[in-house]
Amino acid sequence: MREEMINLTLWQLGAAYVFILILLAIVRWRKIPREKQILIATIRMTLQLLIVGYILMLLFDNPHPLLTILVVAIMVAFSVRNISSRVRGELNKPLKRAILISMVAGSVVSLLYFNFIVIQLTPWYDPQYFIPIAGMIIGNSMTGVTLGVQTLLDGMNDQRQKVEAALMLGASPQAATKKWVNRAFDSAILPTINKMVGMGIVFLPGMMTGQILAGASPFIAVEYQIAILLGIIGSVSLTVILFVNLAYKVFFNERSQLLHNMGKS
Amino acid sequence: MFTFENVTYLDILHVPSLTIHEHQKTCIVGESGSGKSTFLKLLNHMISPSEGQILFRGKNIAERDPIAHRRDVAMLTQHPVLFGESVKDNLLAGVRFAEQEEPDENACKQAIERFRLYKSLDDEAENLSGGEQQRLALARITLMDSPVYLLDEPTSSLDEELEHEVMENFMTFAEERKKTVIFVTHSRSIAENFSDETIDFHKYTLKGEGSS
Repeated sequence: MREEMINLTLWQLGAAYVFILILLAIVRWRKIPREKQILIATIRMTLQLLIVGYILMLLFDNPHPLLTILVVAIMVAFSVRNISSRVRGELNKPLKRAILISMVAGSVVSLLYFNFIVIQLTPWYDPQYFIPIAGMIIGNSMTGVTLGVQTLLDGMNDQRQKVEAALMLGASPQAATKKWVNRAFDSAILPTINKMVGMGIVFLPGMMTGQILAGASPFIAVEYQIAILLGIIGSVSLTVILFVNLAYKVFFNERSQLLHNMGKS
Repeated sequence: MFTFENVTYLDILHVPSLTIHEHQKTCIVGESGSGKSTFLKLLNHMISPSEGQILFRGKNIAERDPIAHRRDVAMLTQHPVLFGESVKDNLLAGVRFAEQEEPDENACKQAIERFRLYKSLDDEAENLSGGEQQRLALARITLMDSPVYLLDEPTSSLDEELEHEVMENFMTFAEERKKTVIFVTHSRSIAENFSDETIDFHKYTLKGEGSS
């Protein structure tokens, strides 16, 4: 097996941009007005990855626990902001708080378990492992919570009459919303479950492919992939269940009356 | 049983003074949008007065546990709502929400037949017509052990003959068990035939709209 991966020269990397030129030619030929977005996306992708590359190099050369914690904190903060911006309509403060608490608690607990018990990192803050793993766990939890927020908001808005009718019969807010809370949880974890089903058959996951390209044995790459996927499903479940259990309360006041704003500000 | 003391709700209704008596059948009549449904929601504590207070058995509703209060004062919405798939699931939804003892199949069957709904308990509730769903909702509430029932136009989808029969059976059930019933209706004959007292809501309405 090859120990070193092929180092791409600038010219070789540049050659890969031919695919963008092909895409631009297609949209121009078909008169699909997407050229501007394709150009912006390409430039953003290139710049963002280059910046991340330099930052990671800097972090790897100067490992420090505080730096690792800072990067993870920034990742969580961006994910929380991202969730709020991806959901239709402006969310109210209590709902944003529920997102923040669940993202911090859910992903940090999963991350710590994964790094301390599963990978057994030494030193515990080793940025080469800690940061990419944190990225995958936080990123997937973010996708899960985004789906959870949207499904819960849609469900509560569409089924307001049902929730109200249940309350009128003496249901607790928890019982009245149980169906929509469960549905939100289900829709949040389903993509991860589907990903597990298709794994290795429909597609080779990015992390595994990257490790193989970097010269790792496919078996080790597979081991890591299995572990990280299990970590992801754990983190998504934990984050989303925390979120929905905090979020349903946002729709009610202290008298268990249904509020009018329904999570929106 | 209920006493209103200078109660205002937003700019929809104002009730300076009103008493609703226990074990009675009180009918609320009034134009569309006069705040009748709002009035029932105040009694059920789904909403709270902007001013004034409502006493239930001498105690301010606002000081009661809202969930426990709604289990005592169960309310049926104007449009029937389905919970679950089968007729049985729907019948048991009320007692399950209120965490009360579940009746056996025999009692479930009797409850729907009281309202002339001759269906299997395993039938899909979604296949029932609007009128049948209303009767199913009435049967659901009778299985609950609540001293007070609030009914918001419970028979609006039924034809006159069936409407009278269903209301008669409901009121007989309520009388036998010494329940208090407060109901809203548009039908003059229902109001005349099935209530001990009628409250014309016209005098409590602040403006001619805003009911819900």
